[in-house]
Amino acid sequence: MNRTTHPLEMIAAWLLALLWLAPLAYALWSSIHPAAYATSFSLSAPLTLENFARAWNQAPFARYYLNTVMLVTLILAGQLVLCTLAAYAFARFKFRGSGIAFALVLLQLMIMPDVLIVENYRMIGTLGLLDTIVAIGLPYMASAFGIFLLRQTFKAVPVELVEAARVEGANALQVLWKVYVPLARPTYVAFGLVSVSYHWNNFLWPLIVTNSVESRPLTVGLAVFGAPETGVDWSIINAATVMTMAPLLIAFLVFQRQFVQSFMRAGIR
Amino acid sequence: MSSQIAIPVPKPQRARAYAWRNSVNAWLLLLPAAVLLAMFTHYPIVATIQHSFFITRRSGEPLFVGFENYRAMFEDSIFWQVLWNNFVFAAGTIPTSIALALLMALWVNRNMRGRGFLRLAYFTPTILPMIAVANIWLFFYTPDYGLLDQLRGLAGLPGWNWLGDQRTVMGCMIVMVIWKEAGFFMIFYLAALQQLSPDLEEAAAVEGAGRWYIFRRITFPLLMPTTLFVAINAVINSFKLVDHLVIMTKGGPNNASSLLLYYIYEVAFTFQDAAYAATLTVVLLALLATVALIKFGYLDRRIHYQ
Amino acid sequence: MKNFRNWMAAGAVAATLNVAAWPAAAVDLQLYYPVAVGGPVTKIVDDMVDRFHKENPDIKVTAVYAGNYTDTMTKAMTAMKGGQPPQLSVLLSTDVFTLIDEKAIIPIDDVVTDKAWLKNYYPAFMANGQIGGKTWSIPFQRSTIVLYWNKDAFKEAGLDPEKAPASWDQMVEMGKKLVKKDASGNTIRWGVEIPTTGYAYWMLQALAIENGQRMMNDAGNEVSLTAPKTVAALDYWVDLSRKHNVMPQGTIDWATLRTDFLEGKTAMMWHTTGNLTAVKDGAKFNFGVAMLPAKERRGSPTGGGSFYIFKNASPEQQKAAVKFIQWMTTPERAAEWSIKTGYVAVSPAAYKTPAMEAYAKGFPAALVARDQLEHAVPELSVHENGRIYKFVNDAVQAAVTGSQKPSEALANAQQQSDRVLRAYK
Repeated sequence: MNRTTHPLEMIAAWLLALLWLAPLAYALWSSIHPAAYATSFSLSAPLTLENFARAWNQAPFARYYLNTVMLVTLILAGQLVLCTLAAYAFARFKFRGSGIAFALVLLQLMIMPDVLIVENYRMIGTLGLLDTIVAIGLPYMASAFGIFLLRQTFKAVPVELVEAARVEGANALQVLWKVYVPLARPTYVAFGLVSVSYHWNNFLWPLIVTNSVESRPLTVGLAVFGAPETGVDWSIINAATVMTMAPLLIAFLVFQRQFVQSFMRAGIR
Repeated sequence: MSSQIAIPVPKPQRARAYAWRNSVNAWLLLLPAAVLLAMFTHYPIVATIQHSFFITRRSGEPLFVGFENYRAMFEDSIFWQVLWNNFVFAAGTIPTSIALALLMALWVNRNMRGRGFLRLAYFTPTILPMIAVANIWLFFYTPDYGLLDQLRGLAGLPGWNWLGDQRTVMGCMIVMVIWKEAGFFMIFYLAALQQLSPDLEEAAAVEGAGRWYIFRRITFPLLMPTTLFVAINAVINSFKLVDHLVIMTKGGPNNASSLLLYYIYEVAFTFQDAAYAATLTVVLLALLATVALIKFGYLDRRIHYQ
Repeated sequence: MKNFRNWMAAGAVAATLNVAAWPAAAVDLQLYYPVAVGGPVTKIVDDMVDRFHKENPDIKVTAVYAGNYTDTMTKAMTAMKGGQPPQLSVLLSTDVFTLIDEKAIIPIDDVVTDKAWLKNYYPAFMANGQIGGKTWSIPFQRSTIVLYWNKDAFKEAGLDPEKAPASWDQMVEMGKKLVKKDASGNTIRWGVEIPTTGYAYWMLQALAIENGQRMMNDAGNEVSLTAPKTVAALDYWVDLSRKHNVMPQGTIDWATLRTDFLEGKTAMMWHTTGNLTAVKDGAKFNFGVAMLPAKERRGSPTGGGSFYIFKNASPEQQKAAVKFIQWMTTPERAAEWSIKTGYVAVSPAAYKTPAMEAYAKGFPAALVARDQLEHAVPELSVHENGRIYKFVNDAVQAAVTGSQKPSEALANAQQQSDRVLRAYK
């Protein structure tokens, strides 16, 4: 790892990186130049924000942003609570049926709500929650992935700290709150970033379950907006695309290390 | 790692009472998550299987038809087409993206100049929503004035209907998905590489082993758990990922790019045929269950974890 | 735990925000509508709905744009099955059988007492919606397929720019002259393009009727895909790209076709008249609009969407819905809609309004689609039409991409359709 890299290899790596960035670079480039230059790439093309303005006006992106933020917040909140409680039970309680229960939880790692769209849709309909933001988030709030991660983290908490808290008279929930949760903070951050990324970008289930603008998230809004029937003006579509991915992208650029470490931590099983 | 009880165990004759209370407490903690899991994962799985044996008559009443739906499915040429497509899609995307991910991870792990930039470039596609990716690549593949055809024009080649030709549409999708996924898998390899002890490599280098030899005999075998983990993930993803179809080809031309989950979506929500959709979903569940069995039953036992 | 309560509160707020979105009005209507043509159509709809509100303050219509026709039908049916359907929708005029089968809609004559106004519309447009002696839909954005041609390109190719092809053979001949290649032999302009994605079945129906073949029966439970004349129609379509080389090979996209025409990539295109205004606004050259060329006869299927009232609507909502429908289709507004989009205005009276007469005088192309009504046939309308359309679309795509011969592809589609329609005989 400390040997110097062969220059050819470095060039190859850099070429791949540039190739990898090219599509994104194109989208950005096209969104800030007028429509006429969408398909031709002259360097002298004037800069403009008009595409964003027009995209913003053509569809209620403000509402979409609001919906998406509410959605990921709601899901994350639900996940944090539910997964913490469940992971605590699995990590530190010995109880009958824990093996089977955990196996059933792990099932969701393979068979996610995303593939059970037909039945889940029916379920949401029965609950009368169709076309709400809650409906989008509900199937995901009990995240097997979260339970798994937190269980591992909780199991690693030293017993001495738990004993110390017990000695001070804390009951089980207080021990959870005072000892386990603070120590699991890195895991929470990691999980939070992964969850927000995933649900910001989720598409098929929100598409099915929402009908109106009031509950539609950005991804569905972008798909409806870009529906070619209304005219394929690439600059505007790219502007809308950029608006959809901008928040996550900017967050990623600023918090690069945290993002990467989160995904890495989430992957270490 | 002992799974200790959070409440210390008191006098022996009250142990059973405490164990009982433990169980109750544990189940109470589990309850919210368990309810949601049951409602949106376990119950739907059972319900799907059940519904695949019925059809809904026009009066709204369900009618038990046994394996009739399955028989119709076996005769449905579109079903076999999408199943084949899923296979091609998986075979096309998984090995290549894993290989690329490994390569990227190795590069980023080295002390190369600008590795932060490299890591950023490789990982960025992962952060983007698939819908955005699909929009961007839709432009690339547009005949004649799309980017790809413009490049071909520079080389003097004619334009090509990339997404409108059933011979090339799958390849185009595969390339796009590799672009999106490779960076994601790279992260897992990075994590694994960073956990590898550098002593191994140095010891081998001292003995005169070449880089390729070290990689082949030491690094790659040690990365096997990660590779399998990534592969399993990739397989599951290949079943879930259909967002791009909704705005790029809608499964066409003539179902050449359609995938099983997309077909299920079409059947369930466009044709409103819930019974047939349930039957198709059973197939999808069976495939996923097979993957799960391979992972939990076979691989997990064979792989040595640190 | 305090944080837990906070999170619950946040969740509750989020849920409530969805429910309390609109102030209470006397009657609330939700309308799903599709857009399948270019131009700022959603803005036009929103604007018209706003004006309706001003004149009818006791009715509130929430117009939801739901994608193209298939998407909108999917959304409406999904919402209905989920228990929260809209009160009215604009859906394909041919969705009527499926909607009746699914018990989704009510006949308009059940809601109105004075049925005289139903006679104001073009019979050709009412035909698709009249089943079993009842009227199930009111036409709104109706169309026929027309041939757009680039007059400048015609002149350049040595053809008379004022004469569009009137027959299939003429279209091939002219197409050959219009094909332009660059120095390396790549085609930079094609003769004609007929879209094969989106609504390929519609285009096939046009070719079939021009060849003298009806594709469905009146009861909507039989399709004639393997009739020799239907196969011949698809053969002609495929030959355009594979034999005569006047059309690009592979699929031609419904949505980008308009852009192709505007960029001069093709000299002629078959497309819905609903694109007329968008083409007019975007064309930097002289163009013309003509009826589709004939083989045995002229012909085009009608197309487009009509208003349906859903069964779940309460009696007041139904009456309000009728009021809205009537308002949107008065001659003045039908004319306005036609001028702004290019769709055919749905009543003869609309064409007699001053606005429309003035417009047509300056832009005679606006009347072509209406004139073609004389040769028009109802659109392919069958039970489970969504599925049947997919079978036909798939067959067309298989044929034009060369993966199946037209007769094979259609035989396949016929077999699949027969299986589905068997239940309705």
